[in-house]
Amino acid sequence: MASITDETAEKKTSPVLPSLLRGVRWYHVVVAALLLIYPLIATDFWTVQIGAQSLILGLIGLSLMLLAGYGGMVSLSQLTVAGLAGYLVAIFGNAEWPAWLMLVGAVSLATVAAVLIGWISARTSGIYTIMITLAISVAFYYLVLQNDPIFNSFNGFSGVRPPEVFGVDWRAPLPFFYLTLAVVGACYLFVLYLSRTPFGLALQAVRDNPRRMASLGFNVTAHRVAAHGVAGVLAGIGGVLLVWQNGQISPGSVGIGPVIDILILTVLGGLAHPVGPFIGAVIFILMENFAIDLIDRERFNTVIGAVFLVIVLFSPDGVLGLWGKLKSWLARQSARNRVDQW
Amino acid sequence: MRLFLLTFLNGLTLAALYFIVASGFSLVFGLMRNVNLAHGSLYLLGGYIGFEVANSTGSWYLAVLAGFLSMAIAGVLLQLLVFRYMEGQELRQTLVTIALSIILADLMLAVWSGVSYQFTPPAWLFGATPMPFINAYPTYRLFTLAAAIAIGIALWLFLNRTRIGIMIRAGVDDRGMLSASGVNVQLLFCVTFAIGAGLAGLAGVLGGSALSIAPGEDIRFLLASLIVVIVGGMGSIPGAAIGALLIGMTEQFGLAYFPTYGVVFSFLVMVVVLAIRPQGILGRA
Repeated sequence: MASITDETAEKKTSPVLPSLLRGVRWYHVVVAALLLIYPLIATDFWTVQIGAQSLILGLIGLSLMLLAGYGGMVSLSQLTVAGLAGYLVAIFGNAEWPAWLMLVGAVSLATVAAVLIGWISARTSGIYTIMITLAISVAFYYLVLQNDPIFNSFNGFSGVRPPEVFGVDWRAPLPFFYLTLAVVGACYLFVLYLSRTPFGLALQAVRDNPRRMASLGFNVTAHRVAAHGVAGVLAGIGGVLLVWQNGQISPGSVGIGPVIDILILTVLGGLAHPVGPFIGAVIFILMENFAIDLIDRERFNTVIGAVFLVIVLFSPDGVLGLWGKLKSWLARQSARNRVDQW
Repeated sequence: MRLFLLTFLNGLTLAALYFIVASGFSLVFGLMRNVNLAHGSLYLLGGYIGFEVANSTGSWYLAVLAGFLSMAIAGVLLQLLVFRYMEGQELRQTLVTIALSIILADLMLAVWSGVSYQFTPPAWLFGATPMPFINAYPTYRLFTLAAAIAIGIALWLFLNRTRIGIMIRAGVDDRGMLSASGVNVQLLFCVTFAIGAGLAGLAGVLGGSALSIAPGEDIRFLLASLIVVIVGGMGSIPGAAIGALLIGMTEQFGLAYFPTYGVVFSFLVMVVVLAIRPQGILGRA
């Protein structure tokens, strides 16, 4: 009895923030500190092209991780949602909408699209999801390629710049990196928090056993569609950042290549934990920028395809899975050593 | 009226090509629950190999045969070297085929570069056939239509009248029961994969003669197969025919009457079908 009252008392005094802080370890602090001082020591190229780019692609990957890792739905339309948000920012920017309206409009319309995609694909399950979302993203690519009046066909839009708010030029490397870091960090913490909310737990239960959840009275489809919606918000934010970083958007930005890249980097890092997509994005971008030194730039896709193939064949949980295996192997080794010494 | 008839015939031709590609995709999926997202790459690779053969031998018929046989072998290799080791792991199979299609697309670009190639079909297929109302229509396109109908009938006979076809249909319905009754399921998988992949390669040559072969065609035909099979229902050959007709027509009429929104219509067809029948028109739940 006493313990029950103690628990409720503790809950009352610990709102969201302390419950997040409870899981903080020393390496989280180190990583956060490194990320904060990183742009101060790195060159502009490393700050924007490597640093900010990894964070942004990692964010779009995070939206896929949310769907695939927690919801069991591998969606290939996350980059399409991001691309839609990017296109909308460019279009609203050309129409000279106020900055806040432009952002809210782009992200919310992208979210609506994500909910629709979720609704379509959640009607079927398993492997159909991947096929339907792939069909949607290829269809969107052909739409922006053929459509002149809205999407400006193959030229797309260029010269897209973040609006100047508070007198800061957000396009400059340092402000842009910190803006990206703040936004992506907030999204990351939000996903960590979401995974422990009743909704997040129900979503993971739906992934593991949809039939049982349905018989317990949970609306399986609604959970799946809602997950697509939340992931759509994340992807939409990522898309806005992406178009600001690149300064342009065209059908090539939402083609099959980048769509698959998001899947590759997410699987590469690991689908099981929110940090996976970011690790994958760093590896992917480093390879993209420096694989040219090893091989012909033209054959980058063969290299990335081969790396992806190896990861899928030998470590379905990606780099994080390899790390987990290594840790348990080391633990076994040290346990054996201890037994030997004894 | 003339535009309508022309668009109708173009739609039929495109549907014929889509049917040949998608029926292989559907057959493989239906039996093996195996999503082969490298199917588009098989189409393109079959087309390129056929082109090389046509170039060195000068025979278009040999090119068609080469397209079919080379991809049938590739399909058997895929089944033996990759899919056999990950049976039942749908997501892994899908990811592996995505990886393979990336590598294949890049290597094909390295070998055949970005130029588009065209076949020269035999003389009797060249030129135009006189037709009422629209004066004339390319003979080759009518031939594609005839070929698709012939392939459809042949597949139907194979699946319904031969012993191995009956086994394949039994496998689509209940794979566990089939292997329990003593059928060599692995062999059956190889045969099915050979036919499915071979049809993609064959379509590569046929389609390369009607349109052309170039990088990007793999994605286009993968998308077509996906939508056709989602609309028609997985694992059903008549479903693939209906889906192909629907999508081919929608695409051509969309392109003819609303040029910049063409692809939206195919997509809308898919959404409407999924909303009403999530398992596809002829699919079984």
